Amino acid sequence: MAEPMKIRALLKGDIVDIRVLIAHPMETGQRKDVAGAIVPLHFIQNVVVTHNGKTVYEGQWSQAVSRNPVFAVRLRGAKVGDKIGVTWVDNKGDQRTDEAVVAPAS
Amino acid sequence: MPVARSDIAVLAVVWLATWGAAPVLAQSADPLAVGRKMLAEDNPGELWIDRGKTLFYQQRGPKSASLEQCDFGVGPGKLDGATTQLPRYFPDTDKVQDLESRLVTCMVQLQGFNRDDIVKRAISPAGSNGSDVEALALYITSRSNGMKMNISLSHQKEYDMYKAGEYLFYRRSGQTDLACVQCHGEANKRIRLQDLIHMTDKKGVQEVVSTWPAYRGGHFVVRTMQWRLYDCFWQMRLPELTYASDVSIALTTYLHYQGNGAVIKVPGFKR
Repeated sequence: MAEPMKIRALLKGDIVDIRVLIAHPMETGQRKDVAGAIVPLHFIQNVVVTHNGKTVYEGQWSQAVSRNPVFAVRLRGAKVGDKIGVTWVDNKGDQRTDEAVVAPAS
Repeated sequence: MPVARSDIAVLAVVWLATWGAAPVLAQSADPLAVGRKMLAEDNPGELWIDRGKTLFYQQRGPKSASLEQCDFGVGPGKLDGATTQLPRYFPDTDKVQDLESRLVTCMVQLQGFNRDDIVKRAISPAGSNGSDVEALALYITSRSNGMKMNISLSHQKEYDMYKAGEYLFYRRSGQTDLACVQCHGEANKRIRLQDLIHMTDKKGVQEVVSTWPAYRGGHFVVRTMQWRLYDCFWQMRLPELTYASDVSIALTTYLHYQGNGAVIKVPGFKR
């Protein structure tokens, strides 16, 4: 598990559009498998976005978020070349951190 | 009482007017296109490209080999533009093969996997992380992104496959006496809310051949052309379509040739 995320950070005007694709099963705890057993709850609990190491977003997610989610935030005050980091931690303690560099929107 | 009667008359006029206007609105505005565009911008299918790339270069299987020696028709290990020419005839297997059947051949010959095992798992079950074949097919096709479909029918077997596919596309069969063309031969047809692609139209068929493999939103996995055909057969209540069978390759050859000139853009996004 914990496959790499895909992060896009594009500067348009003075706002950076950050878009993140995360590979995660996001099990709701209500789905049953082929054998009829309930698939245990497995979802991303905490998400942190950093800008040059400084936390700019901290979120608590729930099992209501879809599988393989797309996540977008907008950030003011960042420049081209700045580092955007994204970290998620799920309810099983699994986690992943990836980084992207702010690029100009073409 | 006269008041009530006129009320009814007004209501009836409004109702008729709405009925008359609805099809016009649906054609001009296409409200679904907005949602489709939003989904396509952030396509989770892109996560599968990296998965496929890792699987392609990893040493796997009983023979512990990568797929780098696999020949998709433009030379061993050459992937750029390879899928623009598939399905095509391969002299080593003496068969016309599509991307997925060729992939299975390589996984068996180079890596030593058991063919039945791969085929059984090729179409991943719902709620899973997807199969190796799905990820590999997407990675290999993504290496042809931006290139044009260019299927040739120069070999006799390629031409025969094409003709067989054309026959299957138009032939009514099964308990519902249904042919592909009955759903896909006219513009603006739907099954419930799903638009059916007009495949006897050049633009329509090009949209088909350039967007598979695609992320299937409702399944949360990347699906391939083989799956699309398998599911069509199931929906038509035809006998189960065997994975990478000649029937599936014939239909793929027919559609891909019809779609020649389409610019490949994968992963596509399907509802």
